[in-house]
Amino acid sequence: MNRRGFLKRASLAGAAALAPPGAAAEAQPPSPRAPAATTPIMSPAAETSTPPEVEILTTDRTGSDFMVDVLKSIGLDYICANPGSSFRGIHESVINYGGNQQPELLTCCHEESSVAMGHGYAKVAGKPIGVFAHGTVGLQHAAMAIYNAWCDRVPVYIMLGNQLDATLRRPGAEWAHSVQDAAAMVRDFTKWDDAPMSLPHFAESAVRAYKIAMTPPMAPVVLVLNAELQEQPLGADARVAIPKLAIPAPPEGDSRAVAELARMLVAAEHPVIVADRLARTPAGMAHLVELAEALQAGVVSQSGRMNFPTRHPLNLSQARAIADADVILALEVNDLWGVLNTFRDQLHRSSRPIAKAGTKVVSITSGDLYMKANYQDFQRFAEVDLAIAADGEATGDRKRVFESRGAKLAEASRAALDRARLEASYAWDASPVSTARLCAELWGQIRNEDWALVNGTGGWAPRLWNFDKPYQWIGASGGAGVGYGAPAAVGAALAHKPHGRLAVNIQADGDLMYAPGVLWTAAHHRIPLLSVMHNNRAYHQELMHVQKMCNRHSRGIERGRIGSELVDPPIDYAKVAQGLGLHAEGPITDPNEVGPAIARAMASVKRGEPALVDVVCQPR
Amino acid sequence: MRRAIFAAAIAVVAAGAVQAQPPSSGQPAAAPAGDADRGKTLFTRNGCYQCHNYEGQGGAAGPRIAPNPLPFRGFAAYVRAPRGDMPPYTVKVMAEQDLADVYAYLRTRARPRDVSTNPLLSR
Repeated sequence: MNRRGFLKRASLAGAAALAPPGAAAEAQPPSPRAPAATTPIMSPAAETSTPPEVEILTTDRTGSDFMVDVLKSIGLDYICANPGSSFRGIHESVINYGGNQQPELLTCCHEESSVAMGHGYAKVAGKPIGVFAHGTVGLQHAAMAIYNAWCDRVPVYIMLGNQLDATLRRPGAEWAHSVQDAAAMVRDFTKWDDAPMSLPHFAESAVRAYKIAMTPPMAPVVLVLNAELQEQPLGADARVAIPKLAIPAPPEGDSRAVAELARMLVAAEHPVIVADRLARTPAGMAHLVELAEALQAGVVSQSGRMNFPTRHPLNLSQARAIADADVILALEVNDLWGVLNTFRDQLHRSSRPIAKAGTKVVSITSGDLYMKANYQDFQRFAEVDLAIAADGEATGDRKRVFESRGAKLAEASRAALDRARLEASYAWDASPVSTARLCAELWGQIRNEDWALVNGTGGWAPRLWNFDKPYQWIGASGGAGVGYGAPAAVGAALAHKPHGRLAVNIQADGDLMYAPGVLWTAAHHRIPLLSVMHNNRAYHQELMHVQKMCNRHSRGIERGRIGSELVDPPIDYAKVAQGLGLHAEGPITDPNEVGPAIARAMASVKRGEPALVDVVCQPR
Repeated sequence: MRRAIFAAAIAVVAAGAVQAQPPSSGQPAAAPAGDADRGKTLFTRNGCYQCHNYEGQGGAAGPRIAPNPLPFRGFAAYVRAPRGDMPPYTVKVMAEQDLADVYAYLRTRARPRDVSTNPLLSR
């Protein structure tokens, strides 16, 4: 019991003990046998004596109202939440005291969806949104999505409800929903957490958490909101200061190291830039284009962010550029070892280098500034000649003049596009629909729109589509945690909505089945999103791994599908989506029907609603 | 990332396939007669489609192998002892005649029409 509660209870007990029997009786709830309402008769004693203290059951302001003031001050636009009693106080404060605006509460059907929506939103909007969840069962649901955001270096602002004081817990579920150290479960894959013990403490930690989350390398943060702190009355004259928020400027590379890098690039004959989670903001792509054009260096853009236009003549993402390089500049590359080596997954695992001997490797990454030990998302250690511990985007904005190498690279880029078109033409009329045909049909419908791909590539989108705007791709899950796609797409679509962009989601079937309720969230909150199913009726990545074991052991291949396929019965995703309030069509098996169905779905999306087209596809 | 590694490894498979060693003395020197219909069934049942897709057109996880696969000797050698990430298919799980049937299936896949006549793929 806290001091306020103890004093209040002591006061009431004392009043009851001191009060005359008649007065004490009047303080009790009315008997159910009492006569129907009659006009009370005031006794002379009641009019002249001090009335007993009455238990105060309501209050005008609470601690959670102040918490909402803080959340408004740091600029949280939305809170994603599946409702939970441990944060009922701040839930009510958001919707009533805060007017349900900035932040607005978004109703989610699973905490994993809440976090993944925040994950997708942040990569478009460039800032986090909030998540409310129980500190126990809610966080357990949310954990994988938090891990994805951690691996992907994306900020999500997570607030957990908890009742720390054991003497104040309601018997039963509230005990099961309480925990000594709520954030412990995700501390290995969050950047910072705190459990404030007072409102001034909350204010400081809330601002600190936002600041830490937004400093590269960005990552999720956790605040634990004690229920008592949320629900305790706040005096009308209470004045608690909210600290000023100042987002730190991102760390730039040491000027001497950058100068050394410039010298290496000038001397190189075949410099190659590899970019992964580089472009945090729209400026990131412009900086990289400028750098590559100044160097006339080829660029290999990995799928972490929208780093480089897919049809830029220096884009060598589909070509074999690493083997020819004499200097490799790796910008925010998470798996640099994987860039420099191949790995053979046979009975005896082996690897060999791709880069030729003597190739100089330079890395610029904020990953060198912050790392944790337990989870191994940091990948294998890569040898480099120069490591610049800094934010890649902030450091890459530098012009240099170098001799032209452009024509040869442009030809390689053009050849890669021609090759992709030719490859896509094979199995054009096949059923199930080829993934190339799926992406080509989708591209045919959206190419003249202001579009953004918010999830999935179908394997072909980067090869066939013209990505030339920084918001047209946001990368993938980060931690390869299945279930990210659908909710992240909804979150990203929410961030695209005020810009009027057409958010496009190539949705894997297995991913959607983790928490399909997020489609209802999109319908409920009128979040326009075009989802086209890449429905290969299996957890196909895993199916391939099991097949590999079957082959390795020569025990038969035919049973390899057991445990990985999603058939018998096949899932009717159109009906699922329709049941959740979406326009939906499918399953489509005729490739000629894909384009018209997407066009009809787009009409719904342009009215501001989510829509889904289920296409039965080939595996990959 | 796991997917990316896998895709990269499979890309190496394609390169390795071209340089495959000559088959051992027990393997046929030329493509034996094959049953394309049976080959289609085997191609699916044995999981070849998982990387190469149902028409052998290739995709994110494996290279295109139809309608013009490697010469049969190299094809058979690679299936038995792949240099890259592809799972090895021993005689125990895929007999010589099975290989011939799959090979026949791949060779009968439709060739694509001219890309320049496809409005969704032309420049």
